[in-house]
Amino acid sequence: MNDLVLQTGAFPWITAIVFLPILGILLLFAVGKSRDRAMKWIAFLVTGADFVLSLPLWFLFDRSVPGMQFAERTSWISVPPIQYSVGVDGISLPLLLMTTFLMPLCVMCSWTSIQTRVREYLTVLLVMETAMLGVFVALDFVLFYIFWEAMLIPMYLLIGVWGGPNRLYAAIKFFLYTLTGSVLLLVAILVLYFQGGHTFDILALTRGEYAPSLQSWLFWALFAAFAVKVPMFPFHTWLPDAHVEAPTAGSVILASVLLKMGTYGFLRFSVPMLPDATALFTPVMVTLSVVAIIYGAYMALAQSDLKKLIAYSSVSHMGFVTLGIFILNAQGIEGAVMQMVNHGITTGALFLCVGAIYQRTHSRQIADNTGLAGPMPRYATLLVIFSLSSLGLPGTNSFVGEFLVLAGTFFWSKGVAAGLLSIMHASVNQLIEQVDRGDFTVADRATGERSKDRGRGAGAGTEVASGQGSVKAVSTLATDHRPLTTLFYPSTTHPPRTTDHSEPTRNP
Amino acid sequence: MTLPFSDILAVLPELLVVGAACLVLVLDPILPSSRKDWLAWLSIAALVLCTLVTAAHMSGRTTAFSEIVILDPYAGFWKLLLYGVTALTILLSLAYLKLERIHLGEYYGFILLSLSGMMIMVSAADLLPIYLGSELMWLSLYVLAGFKRFEARSLEASAKYFVLGAFSSGLLLYGISLLFGAAGGTRLDLIANAVGTRGLQDPLLLLGMILLIVGFGFKIAAVPFHMWTPDVYEGSPTSVTAFMAVASKAASFGAFVRVLLEGLGGLNGNWYALILTLCVATLLLGNLVAIVQTNIKRLLAYSSIAHAGYALIGLVVAGHATADPGVRSFGIASVMLYLAVYAFMTIGAFAVVAMLRKGGVEGDEIDDFTGLAKRQPVGAFLMLVFLVSLAGIPPTAGFIGKFYLFMAAVDAGLAWLAVVGLLFAAVSAYYYLRVVMVMYMREPDPSAGIIPHLATSPSMTIVLVCALAGVLFFGLFPDPLVSLATHAALPMK
Repeated sequence: MNDLVLQTGAFPWITAIVFLPILGILLLFAVGKSRDRAMKWIAFLVTGADFVLSLPLWFLFDRSVPGMQFAERTSWISVPPIQYSVGVDGISLPLLLMTTFLMPLCVMCSWTSIQTRVREYLTVLLVMETAMLGVFVALDFVLFYIFWEAMLIPMYLLIGVWGGPNRLYAAIKFFLYTLTGSVLLLVAILVLYFQGGHTFDILALTRGEYAPSLQSWLFWALFAAFAVKVPMFPFHTWLPDAHVEAPTAGSVILASVLLKMGTYGFLRFSVPMLPDATALFTPVMVTLSVVAIIYGAYMALAQSDLKKLIAYSSVSHMGFVTLGIFILNAQGIEGAVMQMVNHGITTGALFLCVGAIYQRTHSRQIADNTGLAGPMPRYATLLVIFSLSSLGLPGTNSFVGEFLVLAGTFFWSKGVAAGLLSIMHASVNQLIEQVDRGDFTVADRATGERSKDRGRGAGAGTEVASGQGSVKAVSTLATDHRPLTTLFYPSTTHPPRTTDHSEPTRNP
Repeated sequence: MTLPFSDILAVLPELLVVGAACLVLVLDPILPSSRKDWLAWLSIAALVLCTLVTAAHMSGRTTAFSEIVILDPYAGFWKLLLYGVTALTILLSLAYLKLERIHLGEYYGFILLSLSGMMIMVSAADLLPIYLGSELMWLSLYVLAGFKRFEARSLEASAKYFVLGAFSSGLLLYGISLLFGAAGGTRLDLIANAVGTRGLQDPLLLLGMILLIVGFGFKIAAVPFHMWTPDVYEGSPTSVTAFMAVASKAASFGAFVRVLLEGLGGLNGNWYALILTLCVATLLLGNLVAIVQTNIKRLLAYSSIAHAGYALIGLVVAGHATADPGVRSFGIASVMLYLAVYAFMTIGAFAVVAMLRKGGVEGDEIDDFTGLAKRQPVGAFLMLVFLVSLAGIPPTAGFIGKFYLFMAAVDAGLAWLAVVGLLFAAVSAYYYLRVVMVMYMREPDPSAGIIPHLATSPSMTIVLVCALAGVLFFGLFPDPLVSLATHAALPMK
């Protein structure tokens, strides 16, 4: 059997999309050293071109087939057999498109806020884009690991060089947490290699069957890597630090793409490769997810810093994703994928807004930005739209995903679902707090005046454009989510294992 | 006694190197001090010649001088590696000696003599030539360590190196004499026979084995025999430190692996636990003590100790009794691969350190790197790549080296050892990244006075380009190196 839809002879779409940003780096070094503006244009055009290049995949993707498409495969290292093998299915394609969509916005939002070491900054962004895209398309476990790890150093530099006052601490904390998490991932990959028939091919390994005790070990080894990245409840402490200190683009990338790599890992590896262990540990995973949802939401309530608030709400939202994955029914997994994309867009947009506000008022404290709707009506409106989307208001994109997850949870256990619904008001409260303390109340005339003066920042054009781009995505996905669900429906309902139970389980 | 021509041919590379060394020593007084560079180029020419000779003998197994010299792919691999390292060291020294105003031509002579010792070590099939080779290597290095005569630190390094080196050589020799008593000869195959016939419980054999392991433990700087390393590495001229950290470690590993497997292979049930203990202790201490270092050369010294610990993982696999022969042989290949990769990244890192000048002197504190990325972005980026590779993060060669070691360990059923190694790799990332942090995320204190800078020169550029190319090329396309190492690994029965 071959679940790889090889498209030989056709244009190597995936490779082109993944490595175009690297080409962009060469262009960055072709222009003069001090021509910052030109470099920003180059980075914008390259990331934009990458997005345009990735769009045809959306139309060419065959929605009726569950397997990998646009696959490419060439031998890379001969001993042990490691292949350059890439492809997308309905789960990775939305994430790939989301990443290429967000990167031009990240360049745009750095237009005025980054003025030092511009070339290095853009280089780091472009390297990161390649690594992130690589993670979502890799079909070889070692290739996956290399992309997974290659992203650490650029992100470390992004936070550490262009970050806020406490950036050194946040950068090293981010780095050590994620690196330590992925230690066990590499060992798990090696063990799988020897147990799964001497191959690193992800699809072949997914077809293998592993002894239940081995599965448990592997499950927790993978868990260490993915749970830190998501981040799941006890491993989340690096996230608020990293978010607060990172520059706007860093926060967007962290929230929108990096966190998804963790849940993508669960969905791509843990669940299909280790079904017995997954079934065994579902209660633990669901408990951790529910704790993350509740804990994240309540922590968000207590924050006075906008970025920290969004960071904790991310913990909560990602809890929904892991919950959806581990209740192991179609609604849950569909909702999880939906929520991954939607959270990426919404939270990314929220960070863009906060970045723009910070650029003008030099404060992320909610109290300092009281009455912002006066001098900055467009931003205030955008912020409200995204906040509404974030809390999952019907009519915005996040509602679809969270509803599906909740529906799935209801099928799995009515008690858990009811409990979750009853504490959902916490998220609603979050918005009320914001409105109450922040945007629309002109509580203090003096602050209002101050914001007004600062509201006349330069370069608003690019930032408004980046915000509008996100609004478009939010509204499109909210009004008609079918394009997305039909995209991943075959992949979520036919994970490789369920399609071929009758197949021989080991590769020769 | 007449020597057959084939025997002479077998040691042709060694003869070439020794000949070049003598020529350097003879020419040195004749040449005016402005032409001392010629000696370096002469040495490199000799190395190129040797590379051609050795590369032509990379298959089959021949012996010479009544089977005490052996020519096999295994020896060939180490020799090729040593030539490369020596050539890079000479280029590095060319620039470094000028910066330090050391105009002594015999420097290159000693480097070549040391190299000839290393070559004898890796291609000897008898304990005595191994001992003699290691003495030749070490005696030359003692002199080189004290080459900055005007600096107390350098003299201290030389003296310390000498005393501890003599001590370890004594232990090595004592072990050899015990094995001679037990086996009636010092050839590795005789010892292997003795192990086969006299059983595993012969105390003479066991004691000899333990003393040999201790002696080699000193040479590869494994914990607890590492005490000399930080002081010697810190005090020696940086170019010599690089040579010691890479070449002498590689040669010692080459000989150590051959002695343990070809001579004492039958005793692996006994030495396995010893090597495993050394391995874990070295990983633990090397990585943890490196965290608190403030001097970059001491940091790299502890990191080189830690890297010996990683390489020992491969040796542990090779000695694992229940693993099948293919796996054990793969363990040896992974040691060879790791040391080759280690050579590129360590020489690169030391080259950047050697270039860093603070006024007229060397800048060897980590703080001297403060804000380097802003002033000299290329140099800082190179250092970043080497440090990332040392930490074992893809897509660099350092990751590939670790990947194969851990793969061998998992294959031998030692997944826990891979976990330990990887955890310490995460620890090591912390101290390597501290240097990155200082370079990229700190600003120099304006009141500090002299701001250190990197002194560039053509020969240093060659070194850095070679090291960078090695680290990146083998990080992305390790195939050539892997196939060379697996082809050259000692076959296991």
